[in-house]
Amino acid sequence: MNQPSSPQTPAQPAGPGPATAFHPWDDPEAVPLIRFQGVTKRFGDFTAIDDIDLDIYPREFFALLGPSGCGKTTLMRMLAGFESPSLGAITLEGRDIVRVPPHKRAVNMMFQSYALFPHLTVEQNIAFGLKRSGMEKDAIEARVAEMLRMVQLQKFATRKPHQISGGQRQRVALARALAKAPKLLLLDEPLGALDKKLRQQTQFELVDIQEKTGTTFVIVTHDQEEAMTVASRIAVMNEGRIAQVDTPGRIYESPASVYVADFVGDVNLIEGNARPIGQGMAEIHWREGVPAIRGQAAEPLAEGDRATLAIRPEKITVSRERPEGRNNVVQGRVHDIAYLGNISTYHVLLPDGVIVQALVANSRRIARRDFTWEDEVWLSWSDTAGVVLTR
Amino acid sequence: MDFRRVSLIALPYAWLLLLFLVPFGIVLKISLSDYALSIPPYTPTLDITGGWPAIRDFLGQLDVENYVFLTEDDLYWKAYLSSLRIALISTFVTLLIGYPLAYAMAKAPREWQPTLLMLVILPFWTSFLIRVYAWIGILSSQGYLNQTLAFLGLEPVTVLNTNVAVYIGIVYTYLPFMVLPIYATLEKMEGDLIEAAQDLGCTPTEAFWRVTLPLSRPGIIAGCFLVFIPAVGEFVIPSLLGGSETLMIGKVLWEEFFNNRDWPVASAVAVVLLLILVIPIVLFQKNQEKEQE
Repeated sequence: MNQPSSPQTPAQPAGPGPATAFHPWDDPEAVPLIRFQGVTKRFGDFTAIDDIDLDIYPREFFALLGPSGCGKTTLMRMLAGFESPSLGAITLEGRDIVRVPPHKRAVNMMFQSYALFPHLTVEQNIAFGLKRSGMEKDAIEARVAEMLRMVQLQKFATRKPHQISGGQRQRVALARALAKAPKLLLLDEPLGALDKKLRQQTQFELVDIQEKTGTTFVIVTHDQEEAMTVASRIAVMNEGRIAQVDTPGRIYESPASVYVADFVGDVNLIEGNARPIGQGMAEIHWREGVPAIRGQAAEPLAEGDRATLAIRPEKITVSRERPEGRNNVVQGRVHDIAYLGNISTYHVLLPDGVIVQALVANSRRIARRDFTWEDEVWLSWSDTAGVVLTR
Repeated sequence: MDFRRVSLIALPYAWLLLLFLVPFGIVLKISLSDYALSIPPYTPTLDITGGWPAIRDFLGQLDVENYVFLTEDDLYWKAYLSSLRIALISTFVTLLIGYPLAYAMAKAPREWQPTLLMLVILPFWTSFLIRVYAWIGILSSQGYLNQTLAFLGLEPVTVLNTNVAVYIGIVYTYLPFMVLPIYATLEKMEGDLIEAAQDLGCTPTEAFWRVTLPLSRPGIIAGCFLVFIPAVGEFVIPSLLGGSETLMIGKVLWEEFFNNRDWPVASAVAVVLLLILVIPIVLFQKNQEKEQE
C-alpha cells in the first residue's frame, strides 16, 4: 500500500533540465521502476498492444505519445490495473503486478475527465484516497492542507467541483492523485480540456511538481508539443507498437523512422535511392540530372536501398543566389507563404512537383521581406541537418 | 410584459385552475356541506341567481362537522395510518427490487439498453386493470402459484385477499416508476468515477457505497416519491387483491362515495388525504429542483 509521506525535495533533481545529468536509461546499473516484458493485449480479434518491451526509471517524466488508437491509453490502463495483458509481464519495483487489483497498487491516476466526485467538496475529493488507506484524521487534514497549498487552491477547499473553473478542477485532480504519494503517477491527457495559454502554463507547473515530489510520472498524450515540453523521455507509439523511445531532442533530431519524423513536428520527406558515403553518412539520388543530397544515416544501409531524407523546415536556408560550398542545394519556386507573425513558412515547389517547406524567422517587417510568390529561390541545408531513413 | 408572454404563462396556469383548483374547490365545498337525501346528495346548494343574500345564506350553512366526524370514528385515522404503512413498506420493497434492476440496466452493454428500457415500459401497453386481474389468476387458491407449489409437492399458500397480495400488486404496478428515475441517474454517471474510486483504494463494493449510491440519491428519492404518493391513495389494488383485513383510505373513500352515498364525508376524507400528501409532494418538488441545479 502507499504510505503517504510529505513530498520532499529529491536528493538528486530529476527532469530534462540541461544542468542536471539525468539519464538512468543509459546506465546499465540502473534499476527500472516499471518493466514491460513482451506485453501483448488483445480485445477479441483486435491487437491493441503488440509485444512491447519497455523500461521506465524512477523519477522519470515519461510520455506515451501517439495518435488515437495507437494503444497508449491501453498501456497506461494496464499500469493502473484496469486492464491486464493477454501475454507478458509487467513489474513494479521487480514485483509482478499483473494480478494486483487497482485498489492495491501504489499507482494513482489522473483521469482525462478528471473524474472528480461531484458529491464531495474539493477537500473531500483530495482526502478520499487517504481515508481509504486508514490514515489518522489529523494526518489526513495536514496532508490535504499540504496538497491544497501545492496546487494553490486553499481558498476553494469547501467548494464542490461544479463551482470551480476547468483549470482549478484539473489541479484538484492532480492533488487528489498525488495525495497518497504514489510510486507512479499516471496522467491521461491531463491538459486536454484546457485552453492553449493555460495548457502551456500548466505544463511547466506539472514539471515543477514532478521535480518537487520526485514521483515518477507517466503521461499519455497525442500532443507532441506537450510531450516535448514535459517529458524526460518519449515513447512514440504506432498501431500497438513502440516506434521509438528516446529523449525529446533525439526523437526530434534523430528519428528512427519516417513515421516518427512525420509524427513529431513538421518535416520534408524526399525519397530516392541511397548510397553510403562513409562516416555514417549517406546520399540520396532523388531525381535524374540533379546533384544527390546527403544526410546522416539512421542505420547502416547498402547501395541502392530505397531511403527517405527527412529534413526539418527550420534547418533549410532560403536564398536568391545559389549558395556556395554546400552539398545539399535544390532550386524551386515560391508556391505559397504561410505568414504566422513571428515566422513564415515558405512552400517551395521543386520542378518535379515536390513541395518543400522552409521556415524563416521574420526578423524584418512584412513589407520588406526578401521573397514573394512565384520567386525563383534556392534551398540549402548542411550535410548533418537531415536524416536518411530506411524504415 | 407584453401580451404574448403573458398569454404563454397564462396557459399552464389556466390548465391548473381548470383541472385542479376548480375541482378541488368543489370537493372542499362539498366536504363543508351536510348529507341529504336529494340530488345532489348534500345541502346547501349554491344558487347564484339569488344574489348576495343567497351567497351569504349559503356560506352560513357551511361547517366543519364532517371533519369533526372523521376524528370521532377511529375507522378513518386507522385507515390513514394503515395506508401510509402499506405505502411505506411497498415503497421500500420496490426500491429493493428496483435498484438492482436499474443498476443492471445501466451496466448492460449500450446496445442492449434501449431494449431493456422498452421491457420496463412494456407493461404500460396493457390495461392496468387487466394486469391486476392477471394477478388474481396467479395468486388465487387454485391459481398458477399454488399449482406450481402442488407440482413441486409443497403445501398451498393463501395469498389472494391478504395484505401480501396488496404488497405484490403495488410493487408490481409501480416498479417502473422506481426503475426509470434510478436508471436515469445511474446511466448519466461517468464510468471514470468508479475507476477513480478504485484507483484511490476502494474495493468494487466500497466504490459502490461511497460513489455510486450517493450519486444515485436523487433518482432514489424521486423514485420513492413516485411510488409512495400514488400508493397512499391506491384503491383498485387493495379492492381487487386485498381482503377484509386490508384497510386503505382509498377503499374507505370509495365506499363513502358509492356505498353510503355520503358525499360530504367522502369529500372530507379526500381533502384530508390531499393535505397528508402535500408534505411528500413538496419534498419531491424540492428534490427535483435541487437536481436541476
